[in-house]
Amino acid sequence: MSAQAPKQIHLAAHFPGVNNTTVWSDPAAGSHIDFDSFVHFARTAERAKFDFLFLAEGLRLREQGGQIYDLDVVGRPDTFTVLAALAAVTERLGLTGTINSTFNEPYEVARQFASLDHLSEGRAAWNVVTSWDAFTGENFRRGGFLPREDRYTRAQEFLATANELFDSWERGAVVADAASGRFLRDGRAGAFAHHGRHFDIEGRFNVPRSPQGRPVIFQAGDSDEGREFAAASADAIFGRYGTLDAGRAFYADVKRRLAAYGRTRDQLKILPAATFVLGDTDAEAHEAAYEVRRLQVSGQTAIKYLEHVWNRDLSAYDPDGPLPDVDPLPGENTIALGRASVRQFRDPLETARRWRALAEAKNLSIRELVISTTSEQTFIGSPATVADSIDTLVQADAADGFILVPHITPGGLDVFADTVVPLLQERGVFRTDYEGTTLRDHLGLAVPGAEPARQTAAAAPAPASTSTSAP
Amino acid sequence: MSEIHLAVALDGAGGHPVAWREPGARPAELFTARHWAGVVAEAEAGLLDFVSFDDGLALQSASPGGQDQRTDQVRGRLDAVLTAARVAPLTRRIGLVPAVTATHTEPFHVSKAVATLDHVSRGRAGLDVRTSGLPYEERHFGRRTAPLREDELHEEAADHVEVVRRLWDSWEDDAEIRDVATGRFVDRHKLHYIDFEGRHFSVRGPSITPRPPQGQPVVTARATDSAAYGLIARAADVGFLPSRDIAGTRAAVAAVRQVRESAGPGGAEPLHLFGELTVFLDQDAAAAADRLGRLDALAGDPYEGGGAPVFTGTAAQLADLLEEHRAAGLSGFRLRPGVISHDLPVITRVLVPELQRRGVFRREYEADTLRGLLGLERPVGRYAVAAPRAS
Repeated sequence: MSAQAPKQIHLAAHFPGVNNTTVWSDPAAGSHIDFDSFVHFARTAERAKFDFLFLAEGLRLREQGGQIYDLDVVGRPDTFTVLAALAAVTERLGLTGTINSTFNEPYEVARQFASLDHLSEGRAAWNVVTSWDAFTGENFRRGGFLPREDRYTRAQEFLATANELFDSWERGAVVADAASGRFLRDGRAGAFAHHGRHFDIEGRFNVPRSPQGRPVIFQAGDSDEGREFAAASADAIFGRYGTLDAGRAFYADVKRRLAAYGRTRDQLKILPAATFVLGDTDAEAHEAAYEVRRLQVSGQTAIKYLEHVWNRDLSAYDPDGPLPDVDPLPGENTIALGRASVRQFRDPLETARRWRALAEAKNLSIRELVISTTSEQTFIGSPATVADSIDTLVQADAADGFILVPHITPGGLDVFADTVVPLLQERGVFRTDYEGTTLRDHLGLAVPGAEPARQTAAAAPAPASTSTSAP
Repeated sequence: MSEIHLAVALDGAGGHPVAWREPGARPAELFTARHWAGVVAEAEAGLLDFVSFDDGLALQSASPGGQDQRTDQVRGRLDAVLTAARVAPLTRRIGLVPAVTATHTEPFHVSKAVATLDHVSRGRAGLDVRTSGLPYEERHFGRRTAPLREDELHEEAADHVEVVRRLWDSWEDDAEIRDVATGRFVDRHKLHYIDFEGRHFSVRGPSITPRPPQGQPVVTARATDSAAYGLIARAADVGFLPSRDIAGTRAAVAAVRQVRESAGPGGAEPLHLFGELTVFLDQDAAAAADRLGRLDALAGDPYEGGGAPVFTGTAAQLADLLEEHRAAGLSGFRLRPGVISHDLPVITRVLVPELQRRGVFRREYEADTLRGLLGLERPVGRYAVAAPRAS
């Protein structure tokens, strides 16, 4: 193989979410809850030989200004349950679920992911997210108890504990030999003990080792702590930098951190989320993209969005008029609840200053300002242009691939599958068929070590280099 | 005469501890989708009302005092809700009722999971609520220093189901409006906080999952003795009672009905009471008894049925027994095949035709939801009733 062989691109599909990227008002937009929509979406992704399907999650309906937010899609299925059902209508597609480490227990989540991995024959992945807000916690037994600064330490310990549970059954522990009457090789299969700050549990895990050993682990945070967590523990990052310069900087920073954990650059894939609008020509695509942005950002949505920065009621302002002359309220955002994205505005006063200057210079209304600053799609153009952009970004190490976020449910992925994917295949940078059966196969990730983590063993846990592949 | 409802309880290779060693059991496949798809397809071919999937948050143990270290019995289970969801797209009419342990789970998660099972199965979901007072299971969670007392476990489970049910109703059926003119996707007045405040937890709501197709998926609960009668009376659509003898069945039915009446209105209507039996079925009674004896000898202990009385005999004898117990106040039965690979096909291919000949079992599926098969109406959401809109 030539040293110049191009990197292979990884592609995934994000089921359209409960935010204003999703255009529900389009006549082509279907149900967000009927199983048929999920089947359509998953089968398109599998037809296009994508690595996996991705589901986000939020555990409380969003509120703004003290009321349930009603301008975007509201409502979603339970992540595990819909992924298990999708395993029945697909054969190779990876199934990635976002599951919160704050409002769950390791024993239960580990058995759900191990079960999903069994039921899908090795296609499960877990996007580990954390949360501390008491607002979401009001739906749970243990709600609202977690100090913000503890969320990563709890998430790390949660994942470490889950890994101990996944590893508590050795490969081959189930003998199931009817003639001799031996079902288990060892009567202590599944034994575990974890005594930590956040979890103090012990006993026997009750799901035998699954085909992938552990689910593929995703991480989505962007803070320094989040990047470190990913470098230490994740197989892939659900990233946010889809442009060349920002992507390369993020990519280099995260990959650089891997060595400290004894990991190679191939062991962590960086997959930013990406939106797209396609057209027969680049000009048509740009025209269509602008129309999509206008649908995504109505006058009402623009005002609501501005409230995320201003942290105050702006309903009296005209979306077609100038930006508010009042300043944002400082402090933790209290107007928009259940929405992590408000925290991207670390200095709201500075953001407001910048936006006012921009609006004045370009004579933009509130709505025009929000359209121009927030919703530019990642990829816009003809199929050839978009294929070229994706390939260029991947070969330049701005990403290892992309998690595509269509704006129409469930058919928004179809045109990409039909037009862009064949061009990437012609270039030799995307698979024409699945080469393996598991998600680890698709992502080029090794199966983690099969040695069990035994609390009775005096020796340190087996290093990664002793990993064995399938028996 | 009304018809008999039939369900089967599925766990591993069957109820008997050495069922996995029998011909046809394919024990190496117990943790595969293929195994479960095959078993549920067989049950659906027999027109059964539903299958229930056993589950627990601890490894199986034959020792009442703690976790055993046996190597000669099936150990390990896949999550029941996920298993049910995995077979849902492969089946069309049969109800799917996974076990859920109320003691250690979040009602918010359970509610949306079963609602989603109802969405993916288009109205065939249920929930078999369980409690656990096992100290070694408690230590898998580390939430409490000691298990709750039995009465507290049942009280907590009833609260759990109450929250699950309120969350199913927290979206009115027509909450999604997609009103392009006003830009609103939902009518927020049709989404409801449930504001449950109980002794063990409080939950605000609404659910993140829209109201399931059945409105209220079917809740089942099991009583091996009278301690769980209150849970059945307060929380369940279907209660499972051990079918020992006619007098015992009559007494248990009367006791549950009395608890239900004394608890006042609020329970689901009507309440089905099913008898529970573990069955070993063969062409003659002696063969069935011999088979059980052989299995017991292999296991080293006589099999007690795990709380469900053991029946050995022919399908016709079982049909007689079901008819007698129905006359004592039961509307159906949950049968636990002693050996799934042997006894489930006898249920679907011999018992069911026998009951059909007697005119007490359906000849085709008459409804496409589990509530429909059980003769339960689709209920109006409680908040839609309680809070009619002004306009």
